[in-house]
Amino acid sequence: MAVQAYRSLKKYETFSYLPQMTPDQVRRQIAHAIAQGWNPAVEHTEKGTPAKASYWYMWKLPLFGEQSVDAVVAEIEACHREFPDQMVRFVAYDNYAQSQGMAFVVYR
Amino acid sequence: MAVKSYQAGVTQYRQSYWQPDYMPLDTDILACFKITPQPGVDREEAAAAVAAESSCGTWTTVWTDLLTDLDYYKGRAYRLEDVPGDDTCYYAFIAYPIDLFEEGSVVNVFTSLVGNVFGFKAVRALRLEDLRFPIAYVKTCGGPPHGIQVERDKLNKYGRPLLGCTIKPKLGLSAKNYGRACYEALRGGLDFTKDDENINSQPFMRWRDRFDFVMEAVQKAEQETGERKGHYLNVTAPTPEEMYKRAEYAKEIRAPIIMHDYLAGGLCANAGLANWCRNNGMLLHIHRAMHAVIDRNPHHGIHFRVLTKILRLSGGDHLHTGTVVGKLEGDRASTLGWIDLLRESFVPEDRSRGIFFDQDWGSMPGGFAVASGGIHVWHMPALVTIFGDDSVLQFGGGTLGHPWGNAAGAHANRVALEACVQARGEGRHLEKEGKDILTAAAAHSPELKIAMETWKEIKFEFETMDKLAVANK
Repeated sequence: MAVQAYRSLKKYETFSYLPQMTPDQVRRQIAHAIAQGWNPAVEHTEKGTPAKASYWYMWKLPLFGEQSVDAVVAEIEACHREFPDQMVRFVAYDNYAQSQGMAFVVYR
Repeated sequence: MAVKSYQAGVTQYRQSYWQPDYMPLDTDILACFKITPQPGVDREEAAAAVAAESSCGTWTTVWTDLLTDLDYYKGRAYRLEDVPGDDTCYYAFIAYPIDLFEEGSVVNVFTSLVGNVFGFKAVRALRLEDLRFPIAYVKTCGGPPHGIQVERDKLNKYGRPLLGCTIKPKLGLSAKNYGRACYEALRGGLDFTKDDENINSQPFMRWRDRFDFVMEAVQKAEQETGERKGHYLNVTAPTPEEMYKRAEYAKEIRAPIIMHDYLAGGLCANAGLANWCRNNGMLLHIHRAMHAVIDRNPHHGIHFRVLTKILRLSGGDHLHTGTVVGKLEGDRASTLGWIDLLRESFVPEDRSRGIFFDQDWGSMPGGFAVASGGIHVWHMPALVTIFGDDSVLQFGGGTLGHPWGNAAGAHANRVALEACVQARGEGRHLEKEGKDILTAAAAHSPELKIAMETWKEIKFEFETMDKLAVANK
């Protein structure tokens, strides 16, 4: 039984093996990203896009220097309202590492 | 310049090679040796002998010494220090002019610094504790083919350590059964599976068969989960020609990563393979079979922090660093020291972590630290704390030994990892609250729950053989 349970389950990288996060849990991860000095960004894409696709659509430019969790959550919500049938992910750009400090899907 | 005349015979090494007033140049390669001298040989003489034998000198004066400017080329012992807690030995610091070494050749660095001198009779035992490579030399080496940042982008993995698994049994599976083990582990949630170091191309599983079946497993798991995955295809081979042949084939079947044993395979082969990987967009995982032969004895050999620096210069995107918490040797502070040497761009001198010199890596990329060996889900909170995100946590038995099989084992590892990363982001103390964090995650993951029950009692608490000198005695 256990082996069968894994069939064809699409995953979306970090945190996709945990239950969908509550709004409060999402906020805490965003706060953590901001505290690291990373720049928040919001992206979205059609459902069914595999996680290995590098490029999703940008929801506006990254929110450079944004310190407010509320402001980031508001953008995530606005993106979700505009594209209710799409996946929405939070991305935190780490410009010193020239990489993403974190990225996870908020609306699966 | 003073004119010298030739006088045959034997002089004391200290006359030429002990120079306590020497100020090392920014371009010098600096070494710290731990010397255990023979009885009756004083400290300065033994240190000078090591400097001489690892640079220009030999046991007697030769007339051809006067055909060159030895004062320019010689290595100099310039400082001695006690080893805290151990009066049988002492540290000797030696500076070598950069021109003693061929550019971009850690092979040449080793043929000099850890060559004949290690069998030299005047010292009873000798250990190379640390090396400082000047940025001028670092710039001549290729380094990691891609480095941490590029690998994350290529694999699309952010904000967490990567997860791997070494396939067991180490030897004896057929290629197709082996591929099955990989497939299950990858579809269950791992990022990588790995050839064990002793898997090369034996009669029971030739390399090409393994490569074919494993890549089918990788591609199917990618298709099912949508995530990028890989398997370290071990191209360590009896000859460089054969090694390149295997690497070319791995590229042909679109493998994202291959692996090499840099000590057993050799540093010449490793640098060549790293160059090939850079030219061909192939990630390079580095295993370290044979390292404990060289680095475990606290009085003789080469410390692993030196082997780490050598690998970073020679080239590799991953390096096994020990786990601190698993079945294999590794002191925590010391391990943190060489993990920094592998990953950071500047590492300051810090004796509490066994680092004797500032090391500036300039723009050379860093590599992922690989923690592998005897680890399971209960170790996860400690591993995430110790290793941070830029690491690959490799659970071999800790994946394959799950009562429901590899996929469930992999799933348990992934859930445990993500739960720890989430808790860390929420500001929780992973090592103190580890049990609560894992227990809460297991409430919605039966795979994790049974894994936690299976491995509850297993710990590996033996004394470390090679402790930092501050803790000796």
